[in-house]
Amino acid sequence: MTASRQGAPGFSLSRFADTILPKLVIAPTVLACLIGFYGFIGWTAWLSFTESRLLPKYEWAGFVQYVELFGNDRWWMAMQNLAVFGGLFIFFGLAIGLIMAVLLDQRIRGEGAIRTIYLYPMALSFIVTGTAWKWILNPGLGIEKLLHDWGFNNVVFDWIINPDFAIYTVVIAGIWQSSGFVMALFLAGLRGVDDSIIKAAQMDGASLPTIYRRIIIPSLRPVFLSAFMILAHIAVKSFDLVMALTAGGPGFATDLPSIFMYQHGFSRGQLGLGAASAMMMLFTVAAVVMPFLYSELRRERRG
Amino acid sequence: MANLAYHQTTHAKVARYAIYAVLGLMVLFYLAPLFVMLSTSFKSLDEIRTGNLLSLPGVLRFEAWQAAWSSACTGMECTGMAPYFSNSLKMMVPAVLISTLVGAFNGYILSMWRFKGADTFFLLLLIGTFLPFQVIILPMAQVLSMLEIENSTARLVLVHVIYGLQFTTLFFRNYYVTVPSELVKAARIDGAGFFRIFFKILLPISIPTIMVCLIWQTTQIWNDFLFGVIFSSGDGQPITVALNNLVNTSTGVKQYNVDMAAAIIAALPTLIVYAIGGKYFVRGLTAGAVKG
Repeated sequence: MTASRQGAPGFSLSRFADTILPKLVIAPTVLACLIGFYGFIGWTAWLSFTESRLLPKYEWAGFVQYVELFGNDRWWMAMQNLAVFGGLFIFFGLAIGLIMAVLLDQRIRGEGAIRTIYLYPMALSFIVTGTAWKWILNPGLGIEKLLHDWGFNNVVFDWIINPDFAIYTVVIAGIWQSSGFVMALFLAGLRGVDDSIIKAAQMDGASLPTIYRRIIIPSLRPVFLSAFMILAHIAVKSFDLVMALTAGGPGFATDLPSIFMYQHGFSRGQLGLGAASAMMMLFTVAAVVMPFLYSELRRERRG
Repeated sequence: MANLAYHQTTHAKVARYAIYAVLGLMVLFYLAPLFVMLSTSFKSLDEIRTGNLLSLPGVLRFEAWQAAWSSACTGMECTGMAPYFSNSLKMMVPAVLISTLVGAFNGYILSMWRFKGADTFFLLLLIGTFLPFQVIILPMAQVLSMLEIENSTARLVLVHVIYGLQFTTLFFRNYYVTVPSELVKAARIDGAGFFRIFFKILLPISIPTIMVCLIWQTTQIWNDFLFGVIFSSGDGQPITVALNNLVNTSTGVKQYNVDMAAAIIAALPTLIVYAIGGKYFVRGLTAGAVKG
């Protein structure tokens, strides 16, 4: 060891290489990150303050696009749909994920196989999921036909083409795809709970449901937090699932901000409006994620 | 804590049956769509019309599969999924390999060769994982046309590498911070340089992280639709875009059996990856989705 330290020729050269190489190697990523994320966000923000239509223009035009966006009924419809879809998707995703994790944590035979089955939808493309559920929910030949064949002749199950209910089909397909993943998060959390606390509670005569309600589930707070953020994030970005399942229809019944942004920015020649809607999506994500990140950081600092 | 539930009273027994019943029902819920897709893909259109979702095909017919692979129409073209499947492969392989290798180097630098501003940069990269891509696609489209990159595959490889780096860097950085830095210090004293330490010491102990990263990137890139639909065109589109075109724009009699066969073809590669490397897939999901 010492020999090579003293003897290595060109030692200072290699030392020099070692100070410059790491920076050289990481430079492309730094550039990609600064330009590809932060530069492009600035660019999109700039476009949202111009009158760009088919082609980008860069003359400042103030808030015209935002005024137009906020006066646009379709935009509010999309935001409302996002609220309904996001709310139900997150609530049922967390509920189903937690319940299944608790049930799976009871020394279940075949746990591995069951877990594998719960999680496989997460490996699929949302386009595949949308295609499958579009067929299952087909009003003429899908579940409705099945119920008729089973003797429930008067059942109508046309949610996917019914403007009042179509958004719920997106929720069903979304939950099918994502709840197994939430289950996996909670299960990992449950496995990390300290056994000795539970044993002590049991000695005190606490029943199993009480132990779960009072001790175990409250200790899963960080898991709730990350699961919430992940689901909220999936909800705001949701695009492919709706494109494959309903393409935003019937009418605009399942339109979402992501679809609004895509159509105005890329096929309707409304770059400025598309940029403004993209900025609003960014603010929506930030509004959801920031408080949680902040409270987490504060807790960590205090703890 | 599982042993808590293990009291052998009748009450507890009933509870256990109930638990198995609920878990079993959920198994059916998750498997049903796959079953329906498979059985529909082997039916004739007549069988689809006269039967229902749960009825089985009389005989296994492969006509729908043949059509889905080589002759089904996605809009104007009637080439089936085959060319788009190969588009997705040609895009996925380089994008996954490049983003994984660069991510490994980044993680190595951010944990072992920390420079001024490394923490700030890592934070900026982390925040990037939360951004909705809608906020970057308009400028990206402008830049790609300015650079005159016409080839769809090249465009998608570039975009997937750039927006995959945040995750691959995160995976490797979070693993390498758990590796004792004495290992690297000792190697440096021995005269080993930047690349030598990486390839001889760190890379050999990174196999699990490499697996997590490869599987994560493979599923992300294969399943992507947003970048595909925006940055590719015509016969350069990836399979997710072709599948969506097939299902949503075909005219004439709707061939549900062909749709289902095509959907399974599009799903097969990631399903196989999941079947082989499920353990790493789940680890990647939890690590990639949860902050560092």
